[in-house]
Amino acid sequence: MEKILSQEKINLDKANADRYVQLENVDMTFSTKKGDFNALKNINLSIKEGEFISIIGHSGCGKSTVLNLIAGLTQPTEGLLFCAGREIAGPGPERAVVFQNHSLLPWLTCYENVYLAVERVFGASAEKPESKAKLKARADAALELVGLTHANDKRPNEISGGMKQRVGIARALAMEPKVLLLDEPFGALDALTRANLQDELMKIMAKSGCTAVMVTHDVDEAILLSDRVVMMTNGPSAGIGEILEVKLARPRARLDLAEDKDYNHLRSEVLRFLYERHAKKAA
Amino acid sequence: MSATSISKESLKAIMQSKETVVSKGAAMADTEKVEIATVANPAAAKKMTKKTSALLSNKPSKRKAQIYSVLNVVLPPVFGILLLLAVWTLISHQTPSLPGPLKTWHSAVELFSDPFYNHGPNDQGVGWNILASLQRVALGFGLAALVGIPLGFIIGRFEFMSRMTSPIISLLRPVSPLAWLPIGLLVFKAANPAAIWVIFISAIWPMIINTSVGVSKVPQDYMNVAKVLNLSEWKIVTKILFPFVLPYMMTGVRLSIGVAWLVIVAAEMLTGGVGIGFWVWDEWNNLNVEHIIIAIFVVGIVGLLLEYALTQIAKKFSYE
Repeated sequence: MEKILSQEKINLDKANADRYVQLENVDMTFSTKKGDFNALKNINLSIKEGEFISIIGHSGCGKSTVLNLIAGLTQPTEGLLFCAGREIAGPGPERAVVFQNHSLLPWLTCYENVYLAVERVFGASAEKPESKAKLKARADAALELVGLTHANDKRPNEISGGMKQRVGIARALAMEPKVLLLDEPFGALDALTRANLQDELMKIMAKSGCTAVMVTHDVDEAILLSDRVVMMTNGPSAGIGEILEVKLARPRARLDLAEDKDYNHLRSEVLRFLYERHAKKAA
Repeated sequence: MSATSISKESLKAIMQSKETVVSKGAAMADTEKVEIATVANPAAAKKMTKKTSALLSNKPSKRKAQIYSVLNVVLPPVFGILLLLAVWTLISHQTPSLPGPLKTWHSAVELFSDPFYNHGPNDQGVGWNILASLQRVALGFGLAALVGIPLGFIIGRFEFMSRMTSPIISLLRPVSPLAWLPIGLLVFKAANPAAIWVIFISAIWPMIINTSVGVSKVPQDYMNVAKVLNLSEWKIVTKILFPFVLPYMMTGVRLSIGVAWLVIVAAEMLTGGVGIGFWVWDEWNNLNVEHIIIAIFVVGIVGLLLEYALTQIAKKFSYE
């Protein structure tokens, strides 16, 4: 009897791991001055624990809205969202966001920006708040992870765009989130910096093993980083068009992939989806 | 005339270009020398570069440029002041009762030789008068800041409060400060609190409005950060709202102190007692026009200093 129960529990855990983040029939309608605007229609998506998912689509298709829904920053008009078996009721530190424009507080140093997050998550928990030294160690470790220890005491306006984005990633990772949400994290960076940060993010994600959802409009970035690429149809009433599995072995190296047959096949798949079947009319 | 000036300019340009060529050559020579010297002795290299650069830099032209830039800064304001004095002298020649700059200057020297005498409540030195006015402004302005800044935060943070107070603010803000004086006299039944009340009511609006505008302009991104980090309301205020709003707030404070200092003269003219405004009125009754003109300058200079001090404070608090 007991054995059966434990077996059931394992099954349940496994099912939960397969549906770590879940979106069920999610509809999102914004009320604007010109009337209601149906941005998303009937979104269903399950994300496994430890999986890296990219959401790709033309601008205005509601990619970021999906991310904001998972973050809890916006509430769906219909449907349900779950994270680790619990309904997402609002934003919280277990779903950390790396914002497109880094959103660091300009009056705090890099260290203070990270510490603010750490302090809230680990220093103010009701059960056993951590000591200041421990919190400091956490903030330091996060900045070291992104290779920015030397910029600890610099303000965001004293460092480059790529470094700012790295601090943003450090802030998110320092919270030890269950899910990392990245909203076009490298969109505002130049191509070289972007490539560097993508490689670094790959390493960091491999180390931390946390689940991630990234919104992007860069096909190469999506394939390089993800286990699955979610392609969205155009809005209004956008939905999930196709989901592409990326079965490339990890660790992935940018240079090797450039000549890889599978990689190029995947790449043309995505491009075909975006530019043939769901081409966006010129605005 | 124009021809000579052009030729002068072109000459200068030619000279400058020559200089640049020379200095470039010097720089190249320097680096070469350094490279040679570092192999032998790094300390000697430093010395050598210093020597060569000192030899080659053209000192007189540099000094000339410095003098030009200084004159450029100093001359226009001096001309402005001279113009003011000239117009003043001209008018004083037309109107014999208006003292000219020289007469006023002598009177000012006499006045400021003993600014802190005290011959009873109606005859005190100009220093006491200024201090009395400053004290009133400080009280009225301080109270206004104490009420206005928190009120601005609340109005900016909560849409409901903003809509609730906006008709009141729009209605009361354009009212001339002195219109509040009778109300103050009625309620406080004394001249001094009434004057402070007038300062309070006229200084409060810029602080409320600027603070609330600042709070309502906090970027949504920062508020999203606060939401994701699940920050407490106290942390939101201290770590996000306050630092962001500070520059807006300081603008409000600066405007407020300007208004307060503007209003105090008028208020004191009506309420009497000790103060720069009352002093102006008193000297008008004595027909001592020199002192009135001095008072105008004193009010202007003190206002300037207040403004300057607050600008410096604002600069210190700015995060950019």
